[in-house]
Amino acid sequence: MYMNTKKRDSSTSVSTHIGIPIICDTDTVRALILENAVRIVDVRKLDEYLQGHIKSAASLPFSQILEKDPSGIVDILENLGITDTMPVVIYDDTFGALAARVAWTFEYVGHANTALLEMTFSQWKSMGLETESKNNTFAKTEHTLLINHEIQADASYVDLAKEQEDKFLIDTRERLNFLTEHIPNAKNLPYTMLRSDTNILRKPEEIRRLIENRGMSFDSEFITYCGSAGTLSGLTYYALKLAGIKNVKLYSKSFREWKMLGKSKEEFKDANYWDLSAD
Amino acid sequence: MNNNVAPDSKFDSNLFTRSHIKWGKKEETDNFAQKVKLYRRHSLSDDDFRRFRLQHGAYGSRLQMGYSMIRIKIPSGEITPDQLEKIAGLSEAFSIGSAHVSTRQNIQLHWVQLEDVSEVMRGLVEVGLTTREACGNTVRNVMCSHFAGVCAKEEFDPTPYSKAIAQFFLRNPVCQNLPRKFKINFSCCADHGLVRIADIGLVPMINDDGVKGFRVYLGGGLGAASFLGHLLEDFTSEDRLLATCLATIRLFDRYGNRENMARNRMRYFVNETGWDTFQRMVIKERSIVEMTVANSTLELFRFHIENEQKEMSKAQRYLKLPVLDIQNTLRGDPYERWMHTNVVSQKQQGYFTAFVTLGAGDITANQLRVLSGAIRDFSVERTARNTPQQNFAIRYINEKDLYSFYARIATAGLINPGALTIASAVGCTGTTSCNLAITNSHRLAKEIEYKFLESQHDIDDDLRDSTIKISGCPNSCGQHEVATIGFFGGASRINNSMAPTYTMLFSGNTGERGELGKTIMRVPAKRVINILRKIIEIYKHEKSGTETLRQWISKIVNGIGTGSVKGVDDIKVLLSPVAQLDPVEQDPESYKDYGSDIRFSAKTARGECAA
Repeated sequence: MYMNTKKRDSSTSVSTHIGIPIICDTDTVRALILENAVRIVDVRKLDEYLQGHIKSAASLPFSQILEKDPSGIVDILENLGITDTMPVVIYDDTFGALAARVAWTFEYVGHANTALLEMTFSQWKSMGLETESKNNTFAKTEHTLLINHEIQADASYVDLAKEQEDKFLIDTRERLNFLTEHIPNAKNLPYTMLRSDTNILRKPEEIRRLIENRGMSFDSEFITYCGSAGTLSGLTYYALKLAGIKNVKLYSKSFREWKMLGKSKEEFKDANYWDLSAD
Repeated sequence: MNNNVAPDSKFDSNLFTRSHIKWGKKEETDNFAQKVKLYRRHSLSDDDFRRFRLQHGAYGSRLQMGYSMIRIKIPSGEITPDQLEKIAGLSEAFSIGSAHVSTRQNIQLHWVQLEDVSEVMRGLVEVGLTTREACGNTVRNVMCSHFAGVCAKEEFDPTPYSKAIAQFFLRNPVCQNLPRKFKINFSCCADHGLVRIADIGLVPMINDDGVKGFRVYLGGGLGAASFLGHLLEDFTSEDRLLATCLATIRLFDRYGNRENMARNRMRYFVNETGWDTFQRMVIKERSIVEMTVANSTLELFRFHIENEQKEMSKAQRYLKLPVLDIQNTLRGDPYERWMHTNVVSQKQQGYFTAFVTLGAGDITANQLRVLSGAIRDFSVERTARNTPQQNFAIRYINEKDLYSFYARIATAGLINPGALTIASAVGCTGTTSCNLAITNSHRLAKEIEYKFLESQHDIDDDLRDSTIKISGCPNSCGQHEVATIGFFGGASRINNSMAPTYTMLFSGNTGERGELGKTIMRVPAKRVINILRKIIEIYKHEKSGTETLRQWISKIVNGIGTGSVKGVDDIKVLLSPVAQLDPVEQDPESYKDYGSDIRFSAKTARGECAA
């Protein structure tokens, strides 16, 4: 059913002309698995994977993607038997942040047909859905490297963008971290706002409402960042896409690089907000 | 009403079939979002928006107008596990992952972005909560003693009346634009509750004819000039409750000072007019109310009471029994210590009320979730009450479940002892979020609690009935004037440098007896704990017989100390050396407030307490 070509649908934000929604529901995923028409990727640690994973899933522990350059990522895709157009659905057990970062990385090196499973592995299991524990391997295949610069921002881009009216810089860390210090002119949209009790992200119309409340235009460009590896901001990246925003970028090196480069920061002074935390 | 039941009959959760009132309204959340957008587009003036925002329970955060503190009304302090869980989720999503229990039984979420306030409100409506009129010039949260219903000394449970009054006045046109805020407090008995420091304070009583009613106190309140409420009449029957409150509020609305913001609380009007005159005005206005109020209005109020009472009476199947004392050996076993300082028996035999001690009222989202599970599993009543001491009280725990309850809340680190003792210091939010604050009272309260538990003052029964309350400025949101030892924040020049200081007061009291503390001396913020230790040391040396710290302090304040310290002047001589500071070069830390690493300066902005 989802193998028919579909036009880009703003209400469900399909990822490409072969339409799986960027946040993929369990029914779609299970149908795709049955048709052998998808590559499921599990980004948890290997030992967790071996104890049980979604049927047909490939193991790709998150740490493996962190140090790789784009051609290294393409090697990974090829070793997992992922062809240029094959749909990929990624999941984790850490509320979607790790999966999001991997998904974004795949998109970055040219694999556009990437989606996130709507829930975490624990939630999948608690719904009684099928799992297996065999270690799946795949025949190596070919994958084109085609860097998608449109979805990535670097420090100098962010430096300029923060002064521009038509661009929003989104700091997706928790409030207390944001208040302590953040990139000047960044707006705080903590990742905790974007998730629901049962899924990694809220419904698109709810996310849209949050953005509308903020008075942010959907035509603007949004650049997300977080503390270090771009995991939280990866999740926010997908949240914004889910809400229908077309132009989203990830500052993947995030605030850690920004500080290391000695760039300017904004801080909230005169209020001992940390004292309000019961931690 | 009270039948004899076999002693080993147990309470059943089914007895507590309270249907919880839905306080929130969804339309208000959409309306709020709309107004924020208008305001951002400059279609609403600052003043208009501020009034609107305050009417919906959103304060501006200290010096940062893009952020709000949201105050969730918890009428009578009564809260369900669902509501606690929802607040946990909202605090993670929109605030800092923690919530704060206030001194008027509200729950506050800090650092919420203004644009997200409507989202928080939405979430609250889903579980029946509201922020409406938690702030602003209106009737604020109606408080009720957290012992109401379980107190051995109460003549009847005022909770249904407290909730009925709250429900009647919420969104009621009669109180949407009062000269200033208006506070109503119910207590259960003469010892508990804060009835003398409210605009209307009520103590349940049954008269000689067996009629239920209240002793009503009017015109109390703390702040720049504080007054204790005056007794309206010997007895106000329950069927005059609404008319009495309506009459008082109408008089305030008509005559309160709308010109002078520093004098527009009702207590100032009462003071200026003279109590005798005001009393006559209330009695007369009440007659007018009773003659003219519409039946449909009266019926609304009665309906709520009947509804509540029917549900409550099912639970009261036991005779009142004497309060059992818990004898403990206190060998240092944490559970025994916790039992001694956090658990009291109820009038319902075999059931206990356990307290969860929070540090100055702060609790994390995870702790809220664990607490709500514990309430579901171990409280037959399946609700909790937050307290003006900024803690939670969980009632109707069967004796056999006490340890399990303790073990459960231990998993979230909620087993700090000392809730019913001097160690549970109260502090308003202070400079952590309030525009008017001069000092970080919040942090100081936490420090005192921590140090006192460390020194095991919580198990020292000599200190048990004393209280410490701290405000970050003279406005007394920390209720420092009704504490055994109270503090309010200020700035002083010491050795030619500005330092955060507190003015210390002795011998304030809550309860029906009510007393306002007397000013003693100024103490630098960083010397408060030393001074407290010194006071305890002097007391231990001077005490006669079994008198407690509270009793001894009361004597000192009245100049009748029996030891070498006779009165305030004597104790000041002993305390002054402890309050000294070296010059800033030698002791820079004392010239910084708690929670700050920069030199202290008093920074305040326009307060939001008045709309």
